[in-house]
Parts: sequence; C-alpha cells; structure tokens
Amino acid sequence: MVLESIWFFLWGLLWAVYFMTDGFDLGIGSLLPFLGKTEEDKRAMVNTMGPLWDGNQVWLLSAGGVTFAAFPRVYAVMFSSLYSALMLILFALILRGVAFEFRAKVESPGWRKLWDACIFIGSFVPALLFGVAFANIFQGIPFDQKGVYQGTLFTLLNPYGLIGGVLFVLLFVVHGALWLAARTQGELQARAAATAAGIWVAEVLVAVVFLAASFFSTRLYANYLANPLLFAVILITVAALFGIRVFLAQKAFFKAWFASALTIVGATFYGVIGLFPNMFPSSLNPAWNLTAHNASSSQLTLTIMLVVVIVFVPIVLIYQAWAYNLFKGGITDEDLVY
Amino acid sequence: MDTLLLSRLQFTATTIFHFFFVPLTLGLSLLVAVMETRYARTGDETYLQMTKFWGKLFLINFAVGVVTGITLEFQFGTNWSGYSAYVGDIFGSLLAIEATAAFFLESTLIGVWVFGWKKLSRRAHATVMWLVAGASNLSAIWILTANGWMQQPVGYALRNGRAELTDFAAVVFNTFSILQILHVVPAALLLAAFFIMGVSAYHLLKKQHVDFFMRSFRIGLAVGAVTAFWVILGGDMHAKHVTQVQPAKLAAMESLWNTTAQAPIYLFAVPDEQNERNRVEIGAIPGVLSFLGHGDFNAEVKGLKAFPRDERPPVLLTFLSFRVMVALGTYFAVMMIIGIFIRKRLQENPWYLKLMMYSIPLPFLAHTAGWVLAEVGRQPWIVYGLMRTADAVSPIAASQVAVSLAAFILVYGLLGGVGYYLIGKYARLGPAAVGGPAPVRGERLRPAAV
Repeated sequence: MVLESIWFFLWGLLWAVYFMTDGFDLGIGSLLPFLGKTEEDKRAMVNTMGPLWDGNQVWLLSAGGVTFAAFPRVYAVMFSSLYSALMLILFALILRGVAFEFRAKVESPGWRKLWDACIFIGSFVPALLFGVAFANIFQGIPFDQKGVYQGTLFTLLNPYGLIGGVLFVLLFVVHGALWLAARTQGELQARAAATAAGIWVAEVLVAVVFLAASFFSTRLYANYLANPLLFAVILITVAALFGIRVFLAQKAFFKAWFASALTIVGATFYGVIGLFPNMFPSSLNPAWNLTAHNASSSQLTLTIMLVVVIVFVPIVLIYQAWAYNLFKGGITDEDLVY
Repeated sequence: MDTLLLSRLQFTATTIFHFFFVPLTLGLSLLVAVMETRYARTGDETYLQMTKFWGKLFLINFAVGVVTGITLEFQFGTNWSGYSAYVGDIFGSLLAIEATAAFFLESTLIGVWVFGWKKLSRRAHATVMWLVAGASNLSAIWILTANGWMQQPVGYALRNGRAELTDFAAVVFNTFSILQILHVVPAALLLAAFFIMGVSAYHLLKKQHVDFFMRSFRIGLAVGAVTAFWVILGGDMHAKHVTQVQPAKLAAMESLWNTTAQAPIYLFAVPDEQNERNRVEIGAIPGVLSFLGHGDFNAEVKGLKAFPRDERPPVLLTFLSFRVMVALGTYFAVMMIIGIFIRKRLQENPWYLKLMMYSIPLPFLAHTAGWVLAEVGRQPWIVYGLMRTADAVSPIAASQVAVSLAAFILVYGLLGGVGYYLIGKYARLGPAAVGGPAPVRGERLRPAAV
C-alpha cells in the first residue's frame, strides 16, 4: 500500500518536472510566429532553448516509461483510450524535434518558414493537448470495465477539457516568455517581458475559472476537504503565480522563471493530489477506476524501480542543473547553431 | 483490414524506420569520440575538422533517430495495450530504466556538445562526446535486453493474470539478450564504419581533401575489419542459441520441413507453406545446418512439421531475411580483407573505392534483414511461447489505426527524405561544410557552405 502511494506521487512528480522543463520550450515555440519579427529574433528564440530541449523532452519518456513500469494497466488503458490525442502529440513532437535540426541547414526563406511552422505546431499542439488530456483525466474518461474507450477524440474536447488546454498553453507561454527575457537582450527581451506580463493576466483569469470549474466538473476537492491542510498546495501555487508578477516588475527574469516553474509544478500537483488514489478514473462507473492500488506492478518491480529512481533521478537533476547553468547567460552570436 | 494487421504494419514501419537511424548514431558517436580524443591529445586541426564534419552528419541522423524513438515508447500503450498490461511488470521496467539511466544522459549531453565548444575545455568537450556515445550504446543495451525478454522470457511467474517479475538478475543477464547485444552493437559500429569509408571513398575518387579522407577511411577500415568478423562470430553464437530456445525460427530460417540428422542448407530454395515443402531446392550442402545449429554435422535438427501449423513463423520472410543478412555479412568481411591488403594503395584502386561508395546502403539493409528475422521469426508469438501477437493488440477502432498509419507514412517519408537529403548534401560538401581547412595545393576548390 505504501509503495503504491509513493509511486503515485513519483509518477505525478515526473509529469510535473516534464511540464516545468519542456514547458518553456513549448511556450517559446508557440510564441515563435508572434515574437519572432526578424530572422535574427527567430534564431535567438530557437537557440535560447537549443542546448536544453532535448534533455527536457526525456522527462516525458521517463514519465511514460514509469507509468508503463509501475502501473502497467494504467499505461495500457490510458494510452489506448487517448489514442488519437497521443498520436497528435507524437507527430507534433516529432516535427518540432527535427525542425530545430533542419531549419538552418538550407539557405532559403521558404525552407525556414516550413520548419518554423513545424516548430510552432509542434509546440502549440502538445501544450494544448496535454492540458486537454489531463483535465479529462481529472473529470473521468468514458471507458468500460475492460478498459475499452467509449468515445472519440472529440469527446475529449468538452468545455472543461478545453479550459484545461487553454490553461496549459498560457502556463507554458508565460514560462517560455520569461526564459526568453532571461536569455536575450534589447528589443526582443523587452517584447518577451511585455508578453509575459500581458499573458500573465490571462493566466490568472483562466486559472481562477479552472479552479472553479473543477469544483463542478470533478471530484478533485474531495481529498482537500477531507484534509484541509492540503489547501496549502493551492496557496503556494497561487503565491508562486503572483510571484511571477512581482519579479517581472523588478526585471528579475530568472527569479520570475523560477516562480513560474513552481506554479507549473504546483498546478500539476493540485490535480495529482485531488486524484489520489485514482490515476485514470472512469466516468461511466467509479468501480472501474484505475487506481494506484488496483493497477500497479508487483511489489518486486515497484521496489527495484524505486531504487533505480532514487539513484538516477538525483544524478540526472545534477547534470541537467549543470547544463542549465552552462547555458543560462545571455545568448551571443556564438550560441546560434540552429 | 483489421486493427491487428494495421497495428502490426504500423509497428513494422515505425520500427524499421527508427532503426535506419539508430545504428548510425550508435556507431558514429563512438567514431566521432575517437576523432575528438585525437584532437584533444594532439591539437591537430585536421582531427578537429574531422570531428566537426562527421559530427555534423551524426547530428542530422541523431535528430531523426531521437524523435522516431518516442513513437516506440508510446506505441506499446496505444496499439498493444494487451501486451503492455500483461508484461509491463518486466518489459516496462526495462524501458523506464533505459530512459532514466541512459537516454537522459545522452540527450542532455548532446545539447552540451553542440553548444559547448567555447564553454568547455578541449578535454572536457571530448569527454562529453564519450559520454554521449557510451549512453547511446547503453540505451541500446537496455532496449535489446527488453527485446531479448520477448524472445526468451525468463525470471517471471504467471500471477494475477500477467507475467510478474521474480528474478531481476535473470532478466538482465538473459543469454538471449547478451547474444543479441554482442551481435547488434558491433553491427552498428560496422554500419558506421562503412558509412565513413563510403563517404570518404567519394572524396578520394574525386581526389579532394585527400589527407582528411584518408585518415577517416583508415579509422573506418580499422573498426570495420574488427567488427565485420565480430558480427559473424556473434551471429554464429546467436544462431546456436536460437536453435536451442526457438527451434521453429531456426527451421524457418532454412526452410527445413522434416526433422532430420545431417540437416542441409540450400543455396537456393522456394518455400511452399501451403503444402509443407519447398517448391524448388537447389544446391543442398548436407550437414551444414546441423553444424551451424549444434556444432556437429550429424546432429538432428527439428523441421517445421514438428510444430503445429499455428506455431510456425511465416517461412518465406524468415528464410529470405536470413539469407540477405548472411550474404551481406560475408560481403562485408570480404571487402574488409581486401581493404586491409590495399590500405596503402587505396587511390590506385578506384574500383574498390567505387564499390565502397555504393556499399553505404548495404549495412542498413543487413540491419533491417536482421530485425525482420528476429521479429518475424518469433511469430506467432509476441512473447515467445507465452503470449500471441493476436492477443496483444489494443481494443481500438481500425479506422484510428488506419489514419495514424497513413500519417506515419507521410511524416516519416518527409523526415527520411529530408534527413537523407541533408546528410547527402553535407557529406558531398566535405570539410567545407564546417568551414573547412585551407585547401592544399592540387586539391579542387569547393564553395564554402552556408
């Protein structure tokens, strides 16, 4: 019982770290057509995340892999139920990844336009659909006792799911704009900071709507009401959200970015805590919910994987922190590879 | 077409496509690390140019390999949910360990390598490349361990309606996986060596950047000569083990229908699965199959008829892929022997250089044939003897899979086309592609790259 619960929160943590790291890449990619006025701007934008996006993306594979290893039945039902949405995310991420490598390899405006469009689609679509998918998980997915999905892609595009999608896009766009402001100079930096400040207002509004809608559309608050101390998580997240604005006003862009990172982690855990112990609830019958307890791996696998995660995740964090530190400075012409 | 067939087609297409790029990543990363180490030790600028030039081709290839790898991890859940729920306890763990203990390092450090030329010392930068190469190959080892478990399931018990892990060490040190690793990892190096030799041959034939490409060719030749024989040796050990644990696959590899002592191999045969015989059999060499499988010309080898019809793999595909792989493996070894003899007179033997240039695609074909043999030869099982492929597929609409399969063909077609176009473009440019060295007298001038 304890082991499954630990794994449940590790699962949540891996998703949170993925959103926190690759989130700013997805945000910058979504901003590319709007903030990148000139080719120089666009190159700067792409290259601010150039050294880091690939390592960030592995958090997604790690989150997926851990779902497979620790909760095989959740992995099986979740991935097959969300087939079309996941395929769209997949194609988007594929195009985004190669676009970074390809865009500067042929000297032609049309060529760059094509791959820049791929970066935009490859960033915006995953940002939106991850939000849609998680919001739908919060409110329950129509699947039957055997784990067979009883809906279509459009079933997921309900009002609550869409609010979740918009919230994710806004979270990531602010996150990305802050990273841009931290690593660029001059006019682009000013535009990035202004964008972060503007979109931040929308982020706050949609967050409020989402918190309220969750009350009507989901059972997320049941855990909070049963244990009111948990409301601290929401308070910290809200504090971090307002921290963004405070640091932004001081032009302390890295601090603002960290506040935004905390906001994203907090937002993820807001849902994860509310879900517990459900991982993939059925909207048709609560008895069919997949939970940390009825969908987990054997005790031996959970133990071995716990050792692996406890040993390796800190090591990963150390060398990723080293890489971030190496590339935190303002970018110069030397850093323009893509 | 039903969901099963479409899902199998999709898995085949995406896996084969992915594995066009992976072996070059595995092999080339090590070779680039060797070049950069020589630069770090000697300060010789030619080695720096070599590192940057081969590194550039490596990175284009790497990008396509990485993004198409995500597909595979997703696909077990999206299309093979029956399989995922049944074996996640073991198979899922291996994938999760691969991501956490190897792929993270590779992906984080590749960014540092690309963007860190001015931020790190020469020595540190070369170390980063070694770590990228080591982590890539470690990744492959974990994936092969996972595949080895599908081929020969070990260390599990059937409980709670699924395969549960009972002995982690048995899974990690599975003989099948180890033999696969000893065959596939050197095969990746061989592929990269042929790639380097082939591209070098192109430039040597044009008599441009001779010193640069002679050095590159020699590194390729040294690695290629060792691995060409290692691959054959590893393949032989692997085949002997397959004889023990997957006798139906071995019988299909040689299209042997009747159980017999002194089992022959045929130089040419046309299997007829309907009538359980070979329509044509030419050039039987008696005893060779017995020797390959058991190390004894008189040993008995089980024929396909010893297995129920619904436990036999598709014979023709297994038979053909084995032949293609063996023929190519032999060709590589012969080319390497010739190469060793004429290594000092390469430019006087343009026919050899030409052959090497046109041989670039062949190791890719050999890798594909090897995987077709391993995977098709395992059918009808997804986990050998434990779970049938037909029972593994997700309960999803065929239309969904048809759409995604069409999208894969479209997107991967674009990716493959652009990826190989760019690799070809920069390979032809030569060192100029990375702001190359001043041309030496007698060499042709090439316009600088973008």
